[in-house]
Amino acid sequence: MTQPSNRMLLSGNHAVAWGARLARPDVIPVYPITPQTPILEKITDFQASGELDAELLTPESEHSAMSACISASLTGARVFTATSSQGLLLMHELLHWAAGASTPIVMFNVNRTVASPWGFWPDQTDSLAQRDTGWIQLYCESPQESIDTTILAYRIAESVSLPTMVNHEAFYVSHAMEPIEVPSQEAVDSFLPPYNPKHLLDPGKVESFGYVLDQNTHYQSRRNMDDAMQQVYAITEQANKEWKELTGRDYGIIEGYRMDDTKVVIVTMGSMCGTVKVAIDEMRDQGVSVGLLKVRLFRPFPYQQIRDALEDIPCIISMDRNFSPGLGGVLHQELKAALFGMQNTPKLHGLLTGVSGLNVTPEKIKEWVAAYSNAEPVVQSVWTE
Amino acid sequence: MSFPEYQDDGFFTSGHVACAGCSEALALRVILNTIGSNAIAVVPPSCGAVICGMHPHSAMGIPVCQTTLESTAATASGVKRALNARGKEDTTVICLAGDGGTYDIGFQALSSAVERNEDLLYICFDNEGYMNTGGQKSSSTPLMAVTGSTPQGKSSRKKNMIEILAAHDIPYVATTSPSNINDMVAKVNKAKEIRGFKFISVLIPCIAGWGLSDDAGIRLARLAVESGVWPLYEIEDGHRYRLNHASKTATVAEYLKGQRRYRHVSPEQVEQMQANVDDDWNRLQQKLVTSEQPIRMQNL
Ligand SMILES: Cc1ncc(C[n+]2csc(CCOP(=O)(O)OP(=O)(O)O)c2C)c(N)n1
Ligand code: SF4
Ligand SMILES: [Mg+2]
Repeated sequence: MTQPSNRMLLSGNHAVAWGARLARPDVIPVYPITPQTPILEKITDFQASGELDAELLTPESEHSAMSACISASLTGARVFTATSSQGLLLMHELLHWAAGASTPIVMFNVNRTVASPWGFWPDQTDSLAQRDTGWIQLYCESPQESIDTTILAYRIAESVSLPTMVNHEAFYVSHAMEPIEVPSQEAVDSFLPPYNPKHLLDPGKVESFGYVLDQNTHYQSRRNMDDAMQQVYAITEQANKEWKELTGRDYGIIEGYRMDDTKVVIVTMGSMCGTVKVAIDEMRDQGVSVGLLKVRLFRPFPYQQIRDALEDIPCIISMDRNFSPGLGGVLHQELKAALFGMQNTPKLHGLLTGVSGLNVTPEKIKEWVAAYSNAEPVVQSVWTE
Repeated sequence: MSFPEYQDDGFFTSGHVACAGCSEALALRVILNTIGSNAIAVVPPSCGAVICGMHPHSAMGIPVCQTTLESTAATASGVKRALNARGKEDTTVICLAGDGGTYDIGFQALSSAVERNEDLLYICFDNEGYMNTGGQKSSSTPLMAVTGSTPQGKSSRKKNMIEILAAHDIPYVATTSPSNINDMVAKVNKAKEIRGFKFISVLIPCIAGWGLSDDAGIRLARLAVESGVWPLYEIEDGHRYRLNHASKTATVAEYLKGQRRYRHVSPEQVEQMQANVDDDWNRLQQKLVTSEQPIRMQNL
C-alpha cells in the first residue's frame, strides 16, 4: 500500500531541497551558484527554522564545500550538497578523492553550460565531463523525479559506498513549477535507515584514512571501486521497486516509452525526454511508430540493459545535450560502445541537439526522425539546429 | 634547566620516516602527546604526511584523515561538524600542515575557516619551503634564501602569516619552536582550552632544504628565536600580544651561518637582513605597548 504524501506546488530546485530535508542529512556544506541557488536558500531556510536538524557549513568555495563533504562523510555523517557548472568543475580533484574514499555523499547538480564564454543555459557537459571520477550519476526529467531521485540516491550511495550525483537541467527543470507529491517523513524514514558506516574516523576507533598505498593495494582499491559500481544496477532496481511499493511511482535504470512495435528508437537523458514523448505521441497519431529509451542511470553505464532493450531495433537516434570537443556527443559515444558486437547491430545516428541550451521542440524532433530514420549513419555526431 | 612538562604516552611512535635529525618529528611527538587521545588529525601532503608512514602503518596514535594539499582547513571543518552532529563536541580536531599547504595553496580554505571561527587547532610546520617535492620556494621562504625554484635567492620577503591571521580577529595565534619545548607545550595546552580557531606555527629548520648538518636542527631553531628572526609570541583575539622570549641575544649573522641556502649572501646583504629583523622586532614591541585594549565584541 502506498504511503500518504503532501501535494505541493514546487520548482525543481525546491523539490530537491525537500528531498534532501526528508533524507535527514547531518552535515550540509554548500556554496551558491546560478541556477542551483534556490536549493541552497531553501535548505538554509529549513535549517534556520529548525525543520532540518543539520550542521550547515558555508565555506568560501565549492572546492572547500566538497572537501568538507568528504571528511564529514568519513567521520560518519550523512552529507548533502548541491552545485552547478563552474562549481562542479572546481570540485574536480575532490570528486575523484570522494570516490576513492568510498564516501556515499549525495550531490545535486543543476546542469548548466560551462564557461568560457559565460552562459547559464541547460547543457549536460558539466556533469558528463565528470564521468570518469567514480561517481554514480543519475539524470532527471521532471521536478517529481528530482525529489524522488534525491532520496533514492542515498539508498544507492550508502548501499555501495560510492558518491552519487543527481542531475537536472538549468531552468527547464530547476525553475519549472509543478504539483509535487512530497512523501511523508515516516515513509522516507521507513525507506532510508540512519547512516551507520562500518568504518569511520572516531577517537575511540583509531582508524585512519588516506595513507600512501603501495601499487598492489592501490590496484586493489580500484578493483574494489569496480566491484561497487557493478553492484549499482541490482541495488538501484531494488531501490526503485521498494520506492514504487511505497509511493506508486515507478522508475527504472533505463525507461522505455512506447517501445512496442517500433523500428526507430530515440535515446536521450534529462528534460529532452519529456519533449520527445510529446513528439512521439504526435507521430504515433500520424501513424509513424517511434519509441523512446530514456537513460536515467549514466554511471555505471547500463550497457547490458541497453543492449537488451534495443535488440531487434534497426534504427537508433541518440540526442546529446552536451558537447565533447574532438568527440561529439558523450551519450552517442557510450551507445556506440554499448551496441558494439551485437548480432544485428542497429544503425546509430548521433545528434547534437540543444547544446548550449538551444530549444528543442517536438517539431524539430519529428523532422529529425523523418530525416534520419532511413538514412545511412555517419560515425561522427551530427550538429542539428 | 627545567625539563619539558609533558608526558609521552606513545601518541607518536618510533619507526616514523622523518629525515635523521628533523625536529618536526620532535614537535609532532610533543604536540600529539600534549593533545592526548580524544583527537582526530587532518594531514595534507607535506613532510608530515610522509612522516606518518605508509599504509597499513601509522606513526600517529590518533585517527588521521589525510587530504588534498589545499583542503586542510575545509577538511578539518567537515570532521568537526560531523563530530558535532554525532554529539562529540569535545574531540579536538587538529590540522598538521606545512607552510606551502598553509601560506599558499591552502590559504583560501584557511582564511574562510578562520572567518567562520571553526573550532579547530591548526599547526603549521614552517620549514620555509615545499620540502615534500624536493625543496622549492613557498611564500614563507625568506628573502635571499636559495631553493629549487629560487636558485639565485628569493627576491621577495616571507609572508607575515601571523599578522594576516591576527587581522582575522582569530581567537588565538602563536609561534613556537622545537628549541623551546615548554613554550610549545604551554601553547598547545592553552589552545586546547579555547573554543574557535587556534593557529600555532612551529619553525622547523629543514636539514635537507636549508643545507644543515644532521645535528643542527634544534641549534638553528634556538638561534632563530634568540636572533629575533623567529620571535616567540602569541596574540589573542587578534589584538592582545604577548612576547614569550623577551630579548634578542644573538645576531642574524650567527643564525645564517651554517645554512647552505644563505651561503651566497654578501656581508652587506647580511647587514640589510639584520636591519629588517630589527625593524620587525621594533614593530612587534609597539604592538605590545598598544595591545592592552578594552575587550572588543568578538565572534558569537
Ligand atoms: C594540488 C597539488 N599540487 C601539487 C602537489 C604536490 N605537492 C605535494 S606536497 C607539496 C609541497 C608541500 O609543501 P609544504 O606544505 O610546505 O610541506 P612540506 O613538504 O614542506 O612539509 C607539493 C607542491 C599536490 N600534492 N597537490
Ligand atoms: S625534508 Fe626537512 S622538514 Fe622534511 S622531514 Fe626532512 S628534514 Fe624534516
Ligand atoms: Mg614546507
